Amino acid sequence: MENNYISMKNINKSFGKVVANRNINLAVRRGEIHALLGENGSGKSTLMNMLSGVYTPDSGSIFIKGKEVQFAAPKDAIEAGIGMIYQHFKLIDVMTAKENIILGRKNSFLMNEKTLSDKIRDMSARFGLDIDPDKKVYNMSVGEKQTLEILKVLYRGAEILILDEPTAVLTPQETEKLFKIMRKMKEEGCAVIFITHKLNEVMEVADRITVLRKGETVMTVDKADTNPKHLTELMMGCPADLSIKRIETEKNNVAMEVRNLSAVNSEGIKVLKGMSFDIYSSEILGVAGIAGSGQKELCEAIAGLHPVKQGEIVFNGENLVGKSPAEIITKGVSLSFIPEDRLGMGLVASMDIVNNVVLKLYQKQKGIFIDRKPAEQKSVEIIERLSIQTPGIKHPVRMLSGGNIQKVLLGRELDSRPQVLITAYPVRGLDVNSCYTIYDLLNEEKRKGVAILYIGEDLDVLLELCDRIMVICAGEITGIVDARYTTKEQIGLMMTGTVNLMKEGEKSEHDNANNYTSH
Amino acid sequence: MIMPITIRAIKKSEPGRMKAASIRIGAIILALVASSLFILLLSLNPADVYIKMIQGAFGTAYRIKETIVKAIPLVITSLGIAIAFKMQFWNIGGEGQIAIGSFAASYFALYMNDMPMPLMLTVMILAGMLAGGLWALIPAFFKAQWGTNETIVTLMMNYIALKWVMFLQYGPWRDPKSLGFPKIANFPQNAVLPKLLGVHVGWVIALILVVVVYIFINHTKKGYEIAVIGESINTARYAGINIKKTILIAIMLSGGLCGLVGMIQASAVNYTLSVEITGGVGYTAIITAWLAALSAPLILIVSILFAALLEGGSYIQTVFGIPQAAAEILQGIILFFVLGSEFFVRYKFVIVKKHSAIAEKGAD
Repeated sequence: MENNYISMKNINKSFGKVVANRNINLAVRRGEIHALLGENGSGKSTLMNMLSGVYTPDSGSIFIKGKEVQFAAPKDAIEAGIGMIYQHFKLIDVMTAKENIILGRKNSFLMNEKTLSDKIRDMSARFGLDIDPDKKVYNMSVGEKQTLEILKVLYRGAEILILDEPTAVLTPQETEKLFKIMRKMKEEGCAVIFITHKLNEVMEVADRITVLRKGETVMTVDKADTNPKHLTELMMGCPADLSIKRIETEKNNVAMEVRNLSAVNSEGIKVLKGMSFDIYSSEILGVAGIAGSGQKELCEAIAGLHPVKQGEIVFNGENLVGKSPAEIITKGVSLSFIPEDRLGMGLVASMDIVNNVVLKLYQKQKGIFIDRKPAEQKSVEIIERLSIQTPGIKHPVRMLSGGNIQKVLLGRELDSRPQVLITAYPVRGLDVNSCYTIYDLLNEEKRKGVAILYIGEDLDVLLELCDRIMVICAGEITGIVDARYTTKEQIGLMMTGTVNLMKEGEKSEHDNANNYTSH
Repeated sequence: MIMPITIRAIKKSEPGRMKAASIRIGAIILALVASSLFILLLSLNPADVYIKMIQGAFGTAYRIKETIVKAIPLVITSLGIAIAFKMQFWNIGGEGQIAIGSFAASYFALYMNDMPMPLMLTVMILAGMLAGGLWALIPAFFKAQWGTNETIVTLMMNYIALKWVMFLQYGPWRDPKSLGFPKIANFPQNAVLPKLLGVHVGWVIALILVVVVYIFINHTKKGYEIAVIGESINTARYAGINIKKTILIAIMLSGGLCGLVGMIQASAVNYTLSVEITGGVGYTAIITAWLAALSAPLILIVSILFAALLEGGSYIQTVFGIPQAAAEILQGIILFFVLGSEFFVRYKFVIVKKHSAIAEKGAD
C-alpha cells in the first residue's frame, strides 16, 4: 500500500505540559516537494526534529520506504537517508567545501583526494549545485554556504531532504537558485520537505502542502487545489486579511541625521563604511540587507552600544556619538533590538514582566531604592494594550511564547514615548497574528510622529510597510529608495552590491527615490 | 535480535515547585539510607548515630552555642559570595578575602591597640571589610577591564593571602614570648568582640547582615543592576547600566563581607591571627550559598543546618570513638545526595530503545 516515501503516523510529542505535536500524520511521496506550512509554535520544527532523529516521539510511528524505523540519534536518521538543512549552517569556516563534506565520515581519512573531488563535481552537476570543492567556507556567500550544506547531506546519501526555512537568509536571486536546485532534486527522485511560513514561496515551488496548526495536522492539499488565502485560513484557523497597511503621512522634518558613520568590529574589520542618511519623523525607514551587512552595528551605534570610529549622529541638534547608552535613552531614542536569540538583549529572561519593565524606569527614580509600583501598573497596562497572554505580571518572561515576549519588549519601548524608535527584526519568529499586531503598533507610532528605523528580513513586508527602504551591503548603503516604486528584484540587486545607487548617482534612479536621497 | 538500550539525560522543561521539593526531600531520605549502610558497616546502629548527631548539634545549651559559632562565619561569607554569584561573578576567593580581612584587623589589634574597646572594634571591623573588599577588587578590576577569568584569579589569590598570613606567623609577627613556637600574640582584651547571651556578638552582626543583604538585593537599584548583569550582560549594556562600576561595587561588597568574617574569627574565636583562621569557610560558603539559591533568608537556614552537620559530625567521633574520617564520610554522603538532587531537579532520564535503521540493516 505504501507508495509513500516517508510516512509519519499519529505522532505525539510533549515537552512537559506543552503538547508540541498531537496525532500528526504526514506522508511524503518520492519525487515531490512537500511544503510544511504553519505558524510559529505550530509544531513544524518539532515534527522535523523527530524525523531527523533529534527528538524521539512519545508515541506514533515513522515509516521510511514502508519500513518502520526508530531513531535514537541524528546519526540513525542520516543512515536512513534523511538530511536536514538547518537555518543556521553547520559548517567550519576555515575549511574548504570538500573538507566540510568529508568531515566526520567514516574512512574519510584514507580517501583519495582526486576521486573525492571528482565525486563532488559529479554530484554538483547532477543536482545543478554550483560549488567549487576547494573554496574555503569563509569566502562563500550565504547562498553558496547553503548549497554546500545541501551537497553535504546529499553526499552522505540523503534521499530525503528537509529544509528548515531556507529562504529566510537569502536574497530573491539566491532564493530562485535554491528553488531550481529543489526542482532538480525532485527530478532525481528525492523527496524534499520544505518548512516555511511564506505563502508565495509555497505556491511557487511546492507540489503538496501540509498545514499544521497548534500541533495538529489541519490537512494536506495539492497546490492546484488551493490559493494563498485558503492556506492562510487553514494556518490561522480563521479568515484573515493579509494586507499590511502603509499609513500615508505628511512628509515631516528630519528627526535624526546620520553622517558618514563608520565603525569597526572587535577584530578591527570595518563593519560600517561611511553611512549617511536621514530619518524623518512620521516615517518608517526600512533597512534591507543580507544578514550581517552591518544592521546590528548600525542599531547599536545609534543606541551608543557600539563604538563609533568616525561620523556623527545628530538628534535634536546634538551629536549622540560619544554619549553613553543611559544618556541616549533619556534623550528619547529607543532601541528595541531583537537579536537572534530573542532574550539575549533587551530583556532579562528569568525575571518577570515587572522587573523587565522597571529596567527602563528605575534610573529616573531618586535615591538608592527601587520602586516597582509604577512598573507594576505599567505592566498591567502593557499587557492590556498589546493583549499579552500571560498568567500574570509576576511570570518569568522566558516562559512566555515568542510573540508575547516580543510584545513585552516592544510595549516597554513604546511606553517610554521615544522620538526615534529603532527596531530590529521585531517580528522574527512570530506567528502571523502577532506580526500584524506589531505592524499596527508601529503604524500607530508613526502616526504619532515617531521616526522609526525598521530593520527587516522579509522584503515583501518591507515593501508594504515602509515609506523608504535603505539597502545596505557589507556596511555600505547601496541605495535609499521609495518603497512604493521599488521591486523586490531591484532591492535584491542592491543587497548583493550588484547595483549601487549611491555611486551611480542620478543615472538609474526613480525620480522619487532621488528626491528622497538628496541631502 | 538484540535491542541495545541507551539512557539519556534530558533537560526538563520547567520543574514545578512541589516536584522540586519532593526530589530534594527524597534525596535527603536516600542520603540517610546510604549513610545507614555505611554506619552498619562500622557495626553501629544508624538510628543511634543520627540521634547523637542531632544531640551533638543541638543537645545542650553549650552545643547550640558551638553550632551558632560555627554558623556565623558561614552565614556572612555565604552572603558575600551570594552577592557576587548573583552577578555570575564566580568569587572563589572567599578564603583569601577572609585571610586578608583578618590580617588587616589583626594589625590594629596587635600594633595600634591603644584605643577604647568600641573604637578599637570599629576600627578593626572597618579595616577587615576594607582589606577584604580591596583584595577582591583586584580580580574584579581585571575582569571589568580586560575580561579575565575571575574564577582562576580569585582562586590563585587565596594562596597568596594564606601564604602571606603564614609568613607573618612564622616571621615578623611571631610572638617573642611563644618560646619559638610559630604563633602570633593574642589580642588584648579591648580587641575581642564581647558576648551577648553567651555567644560573641558576631551572631547579631550576621542577623543584621541577612536583613541588609536581603534588602540590598531585592529593593535597591544596585541590587537590581547586579541581577541584570548576572542574567544578561547585553541587556545590562542596552539599559545603560554602568557595568564596570557595578562589578567593582558588587565585588567590593562581596569581598568586604568576607573580610568582616576574617575580623570576627580573629577577634572573637581565635583571639589572634593564624593560617587556620579561614577554616575552609570560603569554600564551604560556596556550597551553602548555592544550596540556598542565593537567597539571604535561606542562607541563614542552610548555614545553621550545615554548621549542625559539622558539629554533629565531630560529636559522634567522641561518642562512638569513630575516626574523624568516618564522620567526614557521613558528611560527604549527605552532601553528595543533596547536591546531586539538583541535577534531578533539572534533568530527567529517559530510556531509549535502540531499534534503529542500522539495527534493521544488521538483522537483514
